[in-house]
Amino acid sequence: MAALLAAPATFIAAFYAWPVITLLWTAWRDQASSASPFRHIGAIIWFTVWQAAVSTALTLTVGLLPAYVLARYSFRGRRLLMAATTVPFVLPTVVVGAAFIALLPTSWHGTAQAMIVAHVFFNIAVVVRLVGSMVGVIPHDLVGAARTLGASPIRAARLVVLPLLKPALWSAAAVIFLFSFTSFGVAKLLGGPTHPTLEVEIARRATQLGDVSGAAALSATQLVLLGVVIVLASRRQRRGAIELHGATAPHVPRTPRERAMVGAVGAGVALVVGAPIAALVSRSFNVGNRWSMSAWSRLGAAETRPGAGLGVDPMASVGASLRFALVAALVATTIGFLAAAAITNTPRLGKLLDVGLMLPLGTSAVTIGLGMLITFDTAPFDWRARWWLVPLGHALVAVPFVVRALLTVLRAIPRDLRAAAATLGATPIRTWWQVDARALRRPLLAGAGFSAAISLGEFGATTILTRSGSETLPIAIGRLLARAGALPRAQAFAMATILLVLTTVIVMATGTHERLGADDA
Amino acid sequence: MKRLVSAVTLASLGLLAAGCGSDGSSSGTPEAITLVAYDSFPPAKTSLNTALDNFTKSTGIAVKIVIAGDAGTMVTKAKLTAGNPEGDVMWGVDNTLLSAVLDSKVFSQYEPNEWNAISTSLTALVPGHELTPVDFGDVCINYDINWFTTHNVDPPRNLDDLTKPAYKDLLVVENPSTSSPGLAFLMATVAHSGKNGWQDYWKALRANGVKVVDGWTTAYDDEFSGAAGSTGSRPLVVSYGSSPPAEVIFADPPRTDAPTAVVESTCFRQVEFTGVLRGTKHENEARKLVDFLISETFQNELPLTLFVYPARTDTVLPPEFTKFAVVASSPLTIDPADIAANRQQWQDEWTTIVLG
Repeated sequence: MAALLAAPATFIAAFYAWPVITLLWTAWRDQASSASPFRHIGAIIWFTVWQAAVSTALTLTVGLLPAYVLARYSFRGRRLLMAATTVPFVLPTVVVGAAFIALLPTSWHGTAQAMIVAHVFFNIAVVVRLVGSMVGVIPHDLVGAARTLGASPIRAARLVVLPLLKPALWSAAAVIFLFSFTSFGVAKLLGGPTHPTLEVEIARRATQLGDVSGAAALSATQLVLLGVVIVLASRRQRRGAIELHGATAPHVPRTPRERAMVGAVGAGVALVVGAPIAALVSRSFNVGNRWSMSAWSRLGAAETRPGAGLGVDPMASVGASLRFALVAALVATTIGFLAAAAITNTPRLGKLLDVGLMLPLGTSAVTIGLGMLITFDTAPFDWRARWWLVPLGHALVAVPFVVRALLTVLRAIPRDLRAAAATLGATPIRTWWQVDARALRRPLLAGAGFSAAISLGEFGATTILTRSGSETLPIAIGRLLARAGALPRAQAFAMATILLVLTTVIVMATGTHERLGADDA
Repeated sequence: MKRLVSAVTLASLGLLAAGCGSDGSSSGTPEAITLVAYDSFPPAKTSLNTALDNFTKSTGIAVKIVIAGDAGTMVTKAKLTAGNPEGDVMWGVDNTLLSAVLDSKVFSQYEPNEWNAISTSLTALVPGHELTPVDFGDVCINYDINWFTTHNVDPPRNLDDLTKPAYKDLLVVENPSTSSPGLAFLMATVAHSGKNGWQDYWKALRANGVKVVDGWTTAYDDEFSGAAGSTGSRPLVVSYGSSPPAEVIFADPPRTDAPTAVVESTCFRQVEFTGVLRGTKHENEARKLVDFLISETFQNELPLTLFVYPARTDTVLPPEFTKFAVVASSPLTIDPADIAANRQQWQDEWTTIVLG
């Protein structure tokens, strides 16, 4: 058991705890900032909390039905729809921000509403994935029994399905709250300068004012606030978990009512996800107010005009992004798998590890990035600007998702199956392997796909790490958007379209396996 | 099965270890040095990179480009690692950040061979030779020529015009706390109205409906009406003196005139520097690279790749630059030491006045 705990614990200690503690310690030792960072911070914290709460509530409301329908029914276009809900989550915020600015009325620019709408758009994926994987293990006959006893579909959903989903809902709520609370790109682009979140303020202090001590103090404040949220949510999540038995495979919608529901959800998702994506793709064909293929045909050309080049290399960017995604997915699923095993098998230490793995989500990206910079700076640990530090940073963000997806499934596995295995003479590890690991194949694959997608979208601390080699797609997009002229702008959206397609393919590919897993179950 | 779990554990640790072991290059290989640059520096495939390849061919020193983030982030990181730098040479420290890096002793002194080929107005900023000026550019009010023609309004002539009723609700600017052109424009107003007058100027701008967004991309691409294909509605924006030529060079289909122009009296001068990072293990090679970065070969490539003006006075500018770009004859400036001493306070005051 110790071996199970060791790898994830080492990972989190080396690449999260150590850098963050080093930075906080350095900042505390060298505090020189004249102005207190806490002067105007009350209003910022209040705004951060309420917009996160509203975003969370709204996302859960909007995402619940799609999560249910996608996990419950098998129908034509299901995988595409599944992928469609995941894609927004992994698109770079700078791109989605531009798409939303084009889509939303001018009066909404720079408002809290715009931010919240974008948070919902981004986070529906969390509900579909986390709540969906729980819906997927609720046996049909439970709902069937309720219906037979005379409950209406809505009543059955409220009294049977919803209580069973509680743990998954709590974990999704916790994740969405974390993401909305630490919102950075969306807050900057859509909230505008009058709506900074705590995360934006920390980054501003550290990178633009050079006040690392002040930033570290605020970062510690944020960590404490979110630490409380994480602990509370993880308690809630555990309390609700119960065991389930019975057939769970998704089925074809039969009654007209079921068909209508599936159709409505399909149309709704297509509209909510489709509109910004359509805006984004169409902008790659819109060069200076004219429909044109030239952004695509001249993508990657060394010179757009004699002597003038944009330095874009689409193939190299795709290669760099894919390489990072592969490493991030490997590391995240390995660590996540071991962590999930450790958490279910060693209750007390496991709880600690569970919370520990969530912490990177609540820590300001700037803090982790700068921490890595001053921690891994001496030979033989001088790892600054090493390429693999970037996918490792992505894995840091992805691991809690892999763990969450695995845990909700693990906790729903009937205990008597484990007891039976033990009675038949299996060692605890063997029991775990035979009983639990079997159920984990689907969530593990989904986790790998999700980790790869997180990596493709460049989340978290890695944006502040110094990089060498080819730029990834999001980085190239950001650089193109920072240029005047019709062509660079259209090419930025062309590259965003490539990223979009790449993500969709990966998410759908892991979804394929998910289906195979369901069929042979 | 216990073995399998252990194997997975080992494999994952091995993966980490492999990562750790594979790069041991930094010491004892003076053939490759690292150039730390900001994020708009192209990593490959432009004439700028070809020029760097030529440097490698002639000296045998390979140059690895690493990107450290925007200029502010790059400087924050350089200060944190002063004396134990991430690379050997840094490209792109600007004059609003100059004093900060000098105070933190980020760079080691070096006077390149061709120091005297650089404009004296630029070298005067670094009398201690800690850094070498490499390029400059102006941050200015840009306007949408077509909008002013069709609405039969004269474009503004200076900063004071912007507070007049004729220009109500027409200007979009960047937040100086999060954007480098935004900061430059704040500096322009401080240089124009004085340390005790700029606050009133901004109160007047606010009353006249100035719109503030977070960064250049949103301001220029989404809010400004003059960028090709823009859906924006404001015909005045804070951008660069070199934005009009970019609109020509990156136009599609090609065009011969710029859709935008610059209000010259509003320009604030931005100067960028390069320097040898203190603590480098390759001091000599780093110095050779600095020599090369101000050589005529390299300086000639700057206008069309980074959209800045070479620091050297003897380079030939491309025709789009001479025709459409503006180099203010007497740009607004502030002493870097003054900027360093007041920047944070000005930004905080600005936030209260304009966003409060």
